[in-house]
Amino acid sequence: METMITLTVNGVTYKATVEPRMLLVDLIRDELELTGTHIGCVTGKCGACTILLNGVSVKSCLIFAVQANGADIVTIEGIADGGKLHPIQEAFKENHALQCGYCTPGMVISVYQLLKRNPDPTDEEIKKGISGNLCRCTGYINIIKATKNAAKRMRGG
Amino acid sequence: MRPTKFEYFDPHTVDEALNLLEGYGDEAKVLAGGLSLVSLIKLRLTTPKYIVDITKIPNLSYVIENSDGGLTIGALTSHYTLETSSLVKSRCPLLSEVASGLGDTQVRNRGTMGGNLCHADPACEYLPVVLALNAELKAVSSKGERTIKAADFFLDLLTTSLKPAELLTEVKVPPMLPNTGEAYLKLTRRSGDFPIVAVAVVMTLDRGNVCKAISVGLGSVAPTPIRAEETEKALLGKTVNDKLIDEASDLASQRIKPSPDIHASAEYRTEMTKVMTRRALKEAFIRAGGEK
Repeated sequence: METMITLTVNGVTYKATVEPRMLLVDLIRDELELTGTHIGCVTGKCGACTILLNGVSVKSCLIFAVQANGADIVTIEGIADGGKLHPIQEAFKENHALQCGYCTPGMVISVYQLLKRNPDPTDEEIKKGISGNLCRCTGYINIIKATKNAAKRMRGG
Repeated sequence: MRPTKFEYFDPHTVDEALNLLEGYGDEAKVLAGGLSLVSLIKLRLTTPKYIVDITKIPNLSYVIENSDGGLTIGALTSHYTLETSSLVKSRCPLLSEVASGLGDTQVRNRGTMGGNLCHADPACEYLPVVLALNAELKAVSSKGERTIKAADFFLDLLTTSLKPAELLTEVKVPPMLPNTGEAYLKLTRRSGDFPIVAVAVVMTLDRGNVCKAISVGLGSVAPTPIRAEETEKALLGKTVNDKLIDEASDLASQRIKPSPDIHASAEYRTEMTKVMTRRALKEAFIRAGGEK
């Protein structure tokens, strides 16, 4: 039985008809065609599908689309301000914090969540903050560097 | 893999949820944070016909201080809330410690204490903790409500004493006595993994380092969480020191029934149960104000 849902993604309101078993990440990618959110493992381990759901980071492969009825979602496409990159994205770019780029959308959202709660994290706190996101290029050192740099930019330093 | 087909309900009150559970019995599954259930459905380990999503019910996420100084925690309280609540930190530091190390940020944002308990995988981290805390769980059904002691809640692997038409709504944690030290230690190979062994200790000391009360909960080493009763007996009423802790820890593996898996053999789990118990006891002893 299909259900009609309404949700806001990156400030745009969408209506969609979904089967209850459809995963939120599949709705975002296949129906809304926002393919910046990636699918890695589909088991909740890799974090590539991380989005902000009502302001907090979650893995969208562990949530049914129907559960997002009425929700406010931000995906990687909603992080930049139009053509202007977010300070986190700038910091990732300048610190070579992406190699193949597959984990990057999820990584950026996790860093966004971390810096919202902790504007000046230590290396240890950053490691904990991104522990739900796997980078199989193992480029973690530069991701940590970029996170520190992004934190500095966002504090206005 | 993608999930199998099911019919979805999102009740907005506990009563609506209970009516659905009453109607569909064990063909229905309750969905909270979804971290365990959605994975099980994808793997076809469970194929529920009906899903009752309780996350749209308001007022099931809260931490309240009881008049006796204990805590009442709503079943949908997230790990993140438990990790950061100043009330939990001061009244039951054990719980905030467990919550802060559970999974990863995304898991802590979405996962709930009630979901973790009801899933009843022995590796679920609140299980040994509610045992050690002597917590009580409130189950409601359309016929009324009942209180289940943590010790009576876990029946077997992935099996609790909740009936199909019952919903866990609340966890009650008794007050922490003076001169009490709590400790939670787990052994994992990587951050975010399920523990190979988890130990929760609540120790209360009397004058002269005498052990006045002790509970030791073990996780991941049997089909259900268990109390290390021999260890507790060896400590209770005795003057606690390093030697006694060493002897008592060696008894911690007596009741365990560890299964081997990709992460650890049964033998390794048995040895590590003793080691982690010893470390947790020492930590709890110091926190309880024990003097060497």
